[in-house]
Amino acid sequence: MDPIAIVGAGQAGLALAAKLRSLGCETPIRLIGAETAPPYQRPPLSKKYMLGDMSRERLYLRPESFYPEAGIALATGAPVAAVEAAAKVLVLADGTRLACSAIALCTGAEPIRLPEAAGGGLNGVYTMRTLADAEAMAPEFRPGQRVLIVGGGYIGLEAAAVAAARGLQVTLVEMAPRLLARVACAETAEWFRALHARHGVDIRTATGLSELVGTGGRVRAARLSDGSELPVDFVIAGIGVRPSTALAEAAGLAVSNGIAVDALGQTSAPGIHAAGDCTSFPHRSGRIRLESVPHAIAQAETVAAAMLGQGAPYVARPWFWSDQYDVKLQIAGLNAGHDRVIRRPGEAPGSVSHWYFAGPALLAVDAMNNPRAYMTAKRLIETGRSPDPAALADVSVPLKALPLTQTEPA
Amino acid sequence: MPRITFVTADGQEITADATPGLSLMETARAAAIPGILAECGGACSCSTCHVYVDPSWYDRLPAMKEMEADLLDFAWEPHPDRSRLSCQIDVSEDMDGLRVTLPAQQG
Repeated sequence: MDPIAIVGAGQAGLALAAKLRSLGCETPIRLIGAETAPPYQRPPLSKKYMLGDMSRERLYLRPESFYPEAGIALATGAPVAAVEAAAKVLVLADGTRLACSAIALCTGAEPIRLPEAAGGGLNGVYTMRTLADAEAMAPEFRPGQRVLIVGGGYIGLEAAAVAAARGLQVTLVEMAPRLLARVACAETAEWFRALHARHGVDIRTATGLSELVGTGGRVRAARLSDGSELPVDFVIAGIGVRPSTALAEAAGLAVSNGIAVDALGQTSAPGIHAAGDCTSFPHRSGRIRLESVPHAIAQAETVAAAMLGQGAPYVARPWFWSDQYDVKLQIAGLNAGHDRVIRRPGEAPGSVSHWYFAGPALLAVDAMNNPRAYMTAKRLIETGRSPDPAALADVSVPLKALPLTQTEPA
Repeated sequence: MPRITFVTADGQEITADATPGLSLMETARAAAIPGILAECGGACSCSTCHVYVDPSWYDRLPAMKEMEADLLDFAWEPHPDRSRLSCQIDVSEDMDGLRVTLPAQQG
């Protein structure tokens, strides 16, 4: 029988392959990745791994012996050049044609790079997405090096934390008037600004990068939108990712802020599914795309079942985390559409949570060193219940005793 | 090399060789033990690598930190005297024979 081919050997691709096997699928499986490493965890790249606290092998999601034992033919360093959707054929970069019984696209997302015209092509300019990125950048992480981080989102802040912890001189520029402008409330942004300021990071909001200036092809300074020039040794761009949809688009699949799939991960082409960061999928009354490991795993497992005819519709339960210095941030839910934020101090010093509401309905929480608040909120959001905002703001009311109302169908 | 036994929620026993220095969660993941999700990859940020430690072993494991205790308090059916997050237990040589049982669900 022709194999099931999974294009993309990241978190989603591996989860999909493993789930097919655990559901009893006996069809040959090809797991095809463009990167040279076997499937690995990306989150530590901007955290523990860059601190030097974690070996390369510990990043791997499975030991290399897992793949032959599970009957999963893993091909690394094997970019796919084209998908012939109607024929269900993959064309590999070396010209090999692979006829498939089914195809799953788990192509992930790729970092947005600084434009060439702004010096983005200079040596010493990095993005933080892949193991290759991390390894290329690692020699730059020496005490005293001057790093410019472009972008005040979570990746930029994690990179800043690692660099500051390693003794680098860190400047972070963000075009928007505050940090985390697209993803968090002003309270959370201010909390992280203060955290980084305490660790010596020079944060410049409402400041864009005009261009990078190099000598001999190597970056040496940055011109900023306020007219200043900053000498730098290297630069990390943390200006977001875009879903990797080029293969799907070329194959004629519907793409809408990601490869458009239904709740079973079915694309617009019969026999072709997709999962993970590369997809947009139905969520409540709209369509969203998520950049997150838990989502990649859960959606991929749903899609694996669907490919075997056992699928139940995917319901996203979004959550995220970030580690910066000694702070653990945990986020439950999606805050889009909130109209107010309730602050609740935690029990331990320095711990706090910010709860996002739309009217009476709890949408999301940002919990800083406050796992109890995070876990409480996650349970509530997943079951459509919301705490009374006044009680929430009153720390004398324990989390487990908050008055609740059902604000969404359970 | 320490050998660790994982008992699935439906009673299946799987014994795996563990590499000292790796976490119990990583040991389970390497052995493809079903029922350990470890969504956060061992960052002590979720509670999806929850296990019940055999009572004879519980007190012999490294002590729990506050973050783990707080997450466990909200895990699915935690047991006050047996629950741990397997990502927070680094395997050592003296853990040969450790037995842990998996909960019926994670998260």
